[in-house]
Amino acid sequence: MAYAAGVDVGSTQTKAVVVDETRRIVARGLVDTGANVIQAAENAYLEALSRGALTEEEVEYVVGTGYGRYRVTFGNEQVTEISCHGRGAVHLFPATRTVVDMGGQDTKAIRVSGEGEIVDFCMNDKCAAGTGRFLGAASAALDIPLDDLGNTALASRRPVKISTTCTVFAESEVLAWLGKGKKVEDILWGVHQSIAARSAGLMRRVGITEQVTFTGGVSRNPAMIAALEEKLETALNVSDDCHYIGALGAALFALDRILASRAPLSKGKAS
Amino acid sequence: MEEQETIVGRGSRDGAALFRQWFESLDEAARRDERAAYVFVMGSMNEILKAFDMHITLPEINSLQLAVRHVAHEYLQEAEDYGYSPDICGYVKADVAVQLRGGVHPMGQIPKPCLAVYTNACNTYIKWAEIWERIHHIPIFTLDVPGHRQLGVHTVPGDQSFEADRAYVEVQIRELISVCEEITGRAFDIDRLRETMHYANQMSASWARLLELNRSTPSVFNALTDGTVYLGVANGFRGTAEGAKYFQDLVEEMEYKVANGIGTITNEQHRLAFVGVPCYPIFRRFNELFAEWGGTFVSSTYLWFASGGTQKGYQYDLTDPIQSLSEGVLLNVRDAMNSMFDQTTVIEGFINEFGLDGVIYHPIKSCRTVSTGLADSRRQLMENTGISSLFIESDMMDRRVVSEAQLKNRIDAFFEGLISRKQQLTATGGT
Repeated sequence: MAYAAGVDVGSTQTKAVVVDETRRIVARGLVDTGANVIQAAENAYLEALSRGALTEEEVEYVVGTGYGRYRVTFGNEQVTEISCHGRGAVHLFPATRTVVDMGGQDTKAIRVSGEGEIVDFCMNDKCAAGTGRFLGAASAALDIPLDDLGNTALASRRPVKISTTCTVFAESEVLAWLGKGKKVEDILWGVHQSIAARSAGLMRRVGITEQVTFTGGVSRNPAMIAALEEKLETALNVSDDCHYIGALGAALFALDRILASRAPLSKGKAS
Repeated sequence: MEEQETIVGRGSRDGAALFRQWFESLDEAARRDERAAYVFVMGSMNEILKAFDMHITLPEINSLQLAVRHVAHEYLQEAEDYGYSPDICGYVKADVAVQLRGGVHPMGQIPKPCLAVYTNACNTYIKWAEIWERIHHIPIFTLDVPGHRQLGVHTVPGDQSFEADRAYVEVQIRELISVCEEITGRAFDIDRLRETMHYANQMSASWARLLELNRSTPSVFNALTDGTVYLGVANGFRGTAEGAKYFQDLVEEMEYKVANGIGTITNEQHRLAFVGVPCYPIFRRFNELFAEWGGTFVSSTYLWFASGGTQKGYQYDLTDPIQSLSEGVLLNVRDAMNSMFDQTTVIEGFINEFGLDGVIYHPIKSCRTVSTGLADSRRQLMENTGISSLFIESDMMDRRVVSEAQLKNRIDAFFEGLISRKQQLTATGGT
């Protein structure tokens, strides 16, 4: 049995996935990226190997992806996270035609073909508005752990309108609403709606075609799922593995390389 | 082999030399306290101004040279410190700093203006010229060139509305001649105008031929990098014998390369068209991000509008110079505007003519004129043709809004998708 791995070095967290020849996920690894990107890539990969009871020798090919893909020093190849998220999303949800990936520092809208090819994509530029960083700012301002933001927001009854799109100014606007006596859950739901609106704008630039799959770390946030579904007026595909989809796509590209190397040579071309 | 060594690369060498020569002559003029006409790439009116032997400087080119030489940020900051907004045209701000520094520029001293001539092809031109008017107390001349009234409806010579527009331009050209007579103290010589128009004709014909030659595979010049060198000569030397000769030699070089299958890169795999203005702060690196994947630019809308719309090779009728000049200026400036605002139809045709694999749209932060609408144009092109395209944003001047890492990420993803798509087409027997 051959194994292939993908390592997705994101701005906040680094993810690793190992797949077998049947394209089944056999192991996952997740660590905070921190300042040492090379170490984070190694740690995530080793964690996945450990969880899958695998050795490095058993993994034939490794693809690095994410903003730190060139820091996956043990990788055989680098593929952008745009291609990897498209590939991974179509693998998990074959009817996917639009992917929205929301990570720590960027949000991507990706239009894919049935084969998982990238037809078009769009990302935020030079500004972290509408990304996970926006939630991080709200988390800091309200002193609520990031993982609790979603469920808190879902308790909202009278959401406030967050008008700023700037991550830096979001914090001061949140504090201003607190000063006016607004409830934390109402402010937070407003934050989620603001991010959803910004993301929907990106998605419209590539064209929103169903089905839509939500990937990236923020896809674990139930309020973000609800806000996006409300804004897009469609149900989203979300999986427990959505956080790992970039790494999964990378692992699938790695498996392609293994299988291609085993393909029989064409007649007349054998040396 | 000896012939190849002489011809191949001659255009780049001679172009760089002529470019330096132009700036040296400006420097010498400035030191003699002579003044220059400040003009723009879209509607430079070189034919008239050179008929009066006026020095010509193009502040757009002066500014972009600051970015290529990695000093633009100093000039931009100086203009911003003076009070100009970070959000306005980077060319304007860099030029304001050049003016504040008394014409100091890395390529030599820039003479003060005696006159500014500008068209309405770019709305910023008008405000830019007004800055010089206030700083230097000089006359400024607006050449108002009517554009198309309706998208896709192009009037042609002979049409009633075209002739009305042409007459409107002609009146203004005659006014410009009077202004030049006043400034130079010289009487207008129509035979000198015929001479500059003759050289402009030769240059236009060569320019059109040059762009057409890049249909060959492999492509013989890079429309983004080499093309920008050619543009410098096209703008600085329009209406001169040196300019005409340069482009005749360039056509000879490219015909030689076509005949001998000599490409601009050794491993041409993806033929691309560029839409927009180049990223001058990382000019070479920007191109490398594509070349590393075997991508090369075979065509560029920049070569159309930044040559003043001369890409179709319009030929003046020298028997009736002013009438013909007004017709040519109307057609050329109108084409330049169309190249910025309505390029989709032309690019659709180029997909087959140039064997395009993809189209790169490059809107820039500090020029809304050329960038607004590109997202819609791109969507229309993709819907009409299905061609792969990439939308990447940076700037022509300001390195603060140029992120090489972000550009690389998007460019890499574009090529990954393009290659995958080509493989899929090959596997399914498509073309």
